[in-house]
Parts: sequence; structure tokens; C-alpha cells
Amino acid sequence: MNPFPASDYIVAAFFLFCIATTVGGAFVAILTARVIRSVCGLMICCVGLAGLYFFLNSPFLALMEILIYIGAVCVTIVFAVMLAEPDEPPSGQNHGPGVLWGVVALVVSAAICWGLSQLSLRGPWVAPAARVNDGSIKAIGVSLLTTYSMAFELISLVLLVAIVGALVIARTGRTKP
Amino acid sequence: MNLLHAYEQADIYLIVAAFLLATGVFGLIRRRTLIGMLISGELIFSAASLNFMALNCFNAPDPAAGQVFALFIMGLAAAEVAIVLSIIIAVYRNYRSINARELTELNG
Repeated sequence: MNPFPASDYIVAAFFLFCIATTVGGAFVAILTARVIRSVCGLMICCVGLAGLYFFLNSPFLALMEILIYIGAVCVTIVFAVMLAEPDEPPSGQNHGPGVLWGVVALVVSAAICWGLSQLSLRGPWVAPAARVNDGSIKAIGVSLLTTYSMAFELISLVLLVAIVGALVIARTGRTKP
Repeated sequence: MNLLHAYEQADIYLIVAAFLLATGVFGLIRRRTLIGMLISGELIFSAASLNFMALNCFNAPDPAAGQVFALFIMGLAAAEVAIVLSIIIAVYRNYRSINARELTELNG
């Protein structure tokens, strides 16, 4: 039946690797003290997410995840890190409010994770009776140019406004040498 | 529940998305610099996108709609990052610091 021996195990191991990459990258992104390591953690997390998208039958989204998040977003954040020296000072307040806020953050995030997991495990999800298309790249292109063409144009306008606004904001206050 | 075919069930994707959201909220509360907060916000965006993709793949009658929505989320995240980074550069030029504890000029 299987064209290759133990292909099930290879696929399952790759899936486990993708999940481990996502979770580990998220941990690196929020727990390290230096911001540049945090950006690298975000990159690792995005690689794992691209793998998960690949398992969800959308290789186009996996490609876009790597292209946009790692290629554009993380590189831009690295530029800002180089310009603004954002390293957190090794402050001596590891007692009092710092620990309190850490405990509060841990409790809140654990509650969110547990509640959403319970909600998604117990939810009455039903499989659809019929699908109108197969979700391929061709179907995405057709729906981008027919059903969602207005939103597509609007998002290009939003990107243009964002670029011009970023230039204007970053330019004011700049003195001539 | 077959562990070898766990990638064919929506549960594990939804749990990973909830975990990503929780880490994003944790970082948003815990981080003290603006760039760290921005990175946590990106994690929250990723969680929303993964949730959309999982439910789109397993429970939606139109599998292209969720992918288009995830693409729009990526575009909005890119625009947001451009704006936030320019604000961070401007703040750093005025205060010589982007530590959130020191930006207290409006603090009464």
C-alpha cells in the first residue's frame, strides 16, 4: 500500500519537528533578555508555522509566511534593533514589582492557553457536507480577483499609506548635519 | 485517536494556536522594550492566522476563503510593523531610549 517503507513515521516525525520548532521559537522569542535573540526566536517560530501551513494543504501560504515574515518583517525589526540599541538594562529589581508582574503574566497566559484549549477540544466542530473548491493556488487566485477584489485593492492602499506614513514619521525631527 | 495521523485532526493545530496566543500575551505583559512588545504582537498575529488556517482546512466549505484571509492578515502585519518601527525610531531620537519605563513625559 505504502510506496515507501515507514513513510507514515517519517511524516509524523516531520510534523512533530514542525510543532517543536514553533513552540521552541515562541519560547526563545519571549524568554531571552537580548532583543536580537528574540527576533531570531520569531524567525524560528515562523519556519515552524510554515511547516504547519504545509500540513494544512496550503503550500502557497507556507511560501508567503517565509517570504513575508522572515524575509521582510524580521529583517526590518533587525534594522530597528541596530538603530535603536534596545537591550534591556540588567536592572536590579528582580524582587518586588518585577516578580509580581511575572507571576501575573504567567497566570494570565496559562489561563488563556488552558481555556482556549478546552474550548477548542470540546467544540462541536462539524465537517462540511460539500466543498465548493479544492483550495489550490488557482482557487485562491480566482477568489482574490473575483470575490475579494475590493479587499485586495483596499489592502494595497493600506500598504501604500503605511509606507508613506512610516517615512513621514521617521523623518520628522531629523536634523541636518 | 491515532498519533501517527495527528496532522489530520484539527485539535493539535488549535492547541498550538492557543499556546502561541498565550506566549504572545505573556511577552506583551513581561517585556520592557517597545521592540519586545512588537515581537509579542507578531506572535499573537501568528496565532490568529494559524487558527484561521486550521478551521479553514477542516471545517470550512470554501477552503480558499481562509487562505485569502490569512494572506490579508500577513499584509496588515507587514503594514503594522512598518508603522511601529518608524514610531520606535522617532521615540528613540527624542528620548535616546525605547525602554517603556522611561517614556513617562505624560505621566501626571
